Amino acid sequence: MADALTAPHILEYPYTRSVGPVLGAFFGALKERRILGVRTADGRVLVPPQEYDPETGAALDELVEVADAGVVTTWAWVAEPRPKHPLQEPFAFALVRLDGADTALLHAVAAPAMDAMATGMRVRARWRDERSGDITDIVCFEPAP
Amino acid sequence: MREVAIVAFAQTPYVRSEQERTETEMLAPVIREAVGRSGIDAKAIGFTVSGSSDYLAGQPFAFVQALDAVGAWPPIRESHVEMDGAWALYEAWLRLQCGDVDSALVYAFGKSSLGDIRDVLTLQLDPYCVAPLWPDSVSVAALQARALLDSGRYSERDFAAVAARSRRDARANPAAQLAGDADADALFAEPYVVAPLRKHACPPISDGAAAVVLAAGELARRVCERPAWVRGIDHRIEPHQLGMRDLTRSPSTRLAAERAGAFDASPDIAELHAPFAHQELILRDELALPAGTAVNPSGGALAANAVMVAGLARIGEAAQRVMAGEARRALAHATSGPCLQQNLVCVLEA
Amino acid sequence: MSDPYAVVARPVRLDYTYTAGTASSRFLRAIMQRRLLGSRCPSCAKVYVPLRTSCPTCGVEMGEDVAVSDRGIVTTFCIVNIPFPGMAVKPPFAAASVLLDGADIPIFHLIQEIPAEEVRMGLRVEAVWRPDDEMEPSMESIRHFRPTGEPDAPFERYKDHL
Repeated sequence: MADALTAPHILEYPYTRSVGPVLGAFFGALKERRILGVRTADGRVLVPPQEYDPETGAALDELVEVADAGVVTTWAWVAEPRPKHPLQEPFAFALVRLDGADTALLHAVAAPAMDAMATGMRVRARWRDERSGDITDIVCFEPAP
Repeated sequence: MREVAIVAFAQTPYVRSEQERTETEMLAPVIREAVGRSGIDAKAIGFTVSGSSDYLAGQPFAFVQALDAVGAWPPIRESHVEMDGAWALYEAWLRLQCGDVDSALVYAFGKSSLGDIRDVLTLQLDPYCVAPLWPDSVSVAALQARALLDSGRYSERDFAAVAARSRRDARANPAAQLAGDADADALFAEPYVVAPLRKHACPPISDGAAAVVLAAGELARRVCERPAWVRGIDHRIEPHQLGMRDLTRSPSTRLAAERAGAFDASPDIAELHAPFAHQELILRDELALPAGTAVNPSGGALAANAVMVAGLARIGEAAQRVMAGEARRALAHATSGPCLQQNLVCVLEA
Repeated sequence: MSDPYAVVARPVRLDYTYTAGTASSRFLRAIMQRRLLGSRCPSCAKVYVPLRTSCPTCGVEMGEDVAVSDRGIVTTFCIVNIPFPGMAVKPPFAAASVLLDGADIPIFHLIQEIPAEEVRMGLRVEAVWRPDDEMEPSMESIRHFRPTGEPDAPFERYKDHL
């Protein structure tokens, strides 16, 4: 026989992950339509918050609220969304540096077309009506004048 | 430091989808070829280490089956990294420094065709804040490509030029998957996969396997006419949060290169593991390669990119040219993680 | 205020294609004809079932296919008492290593048609094949193994295959 046998194989796991105090606070705030970062010893605000300073390893616990709007620092236009993507019409993945934060958050930006995207543009979070305390409580960001 | 050299390298021809053979069936002839070429008896190899990822096949402990290709009786010293085989080679090099064994077999394999590799690679991202959005590997790389364009250092046409050169050079590589008389203008006309990356700026999806044999000091001299000596090897990693990094730079590559002694002298060739065209440009800037250095004479990862193998293949391709007398000094690089997060640099000399 | 014991759901689903490869495909196709095949190593002469292309002991390329019997010996076994999803057979049941006549390593299968507590090392068993219309390229084409009624194999016969 010429052809080797093949079969579909689905790998599926219903994982849950504990969040701990820092991410727990971050996710809890998302439910309230607030975004938190964490402040490092040298005064930088990291969003999303980290439990430990990436440079010194020190434990971080000083939570700081940042705005739900900010600036796109880079973006990528997805003309043909894939099934698992957060939006199913053409959109951009982007790194968004929220006002008050020193690092950028990765999320989706809903824009009408690729030419509506530009590095440096301002965007604002579109919140989900029913929020559960997760990163998807932000449906996406959208251009904000 | 004990002198360690690469004394043999073998790889499969890379293909879009290996329908007939399992990973182990692809790997076995490659291991036999590498060990055969090494001049070292298979049962005399002192240490065996592999690089692969079970996520490619979706089967836990899939890598264990590959030991059929090695023959693990009497019991062997064996290890495995869920990483590109380049890091398995690092572990083998390190193991040989202990002095009690003189040779090592390093192999890597992977069939990216079995799953949707763009989604599989998404699982290496932060599971709390990033992975739930399922940014696939091309989208993530595109974020870096856009940042590079914004910096003003390169253009999309530069990406096409890298891809075209890679495919043309790959014509001389019997293992390459994408090889041909590529024209940068023609490639530039392709549509975006995820802007600003067009298809040619993305790696092909490849199935394949590779193996390298390392030998120390006297053994290397005895079995190999022109061993490719590992003069330096180092690897460094950056934070995983993309929003914390300057995606247009690769400080981990620079630091690894410094520590590996890469800047002590100019390499004749450099095999850089840049699955995306723009990444070659970033790496070249960090490595400050002189104009005379031939980059990716094999065609690089744009010509064949078997995930988990391509980094080891860069080291093997570089070593092969040193062993053949085509290069006196070579630099090989491997990367892991999104947007060049983690990088390994290896300096080889005749 | 955050709940320190909070969890977030992170379900993962990935779809793959499993490829059986050349040796397993040949093995599974032979099963459709109620034939069990093993590979003989040209170096150590051991017969491995199912088929494979490399000898796990020697690392050399396997030689020709060898037909092995669908009868054999229970070398070791366990009694499963806990049901798990998708199992057609109700616990307690015996799952065993069966050393088929002609093979040097056992295969794994279920032992039925004998009370679980009577299953023992050395028990001679034979495959119970499914009817033609239920045959598929899978070990499930053998429904289970049952005792043949022959005297138990002496320990000497299988002591090196444990």
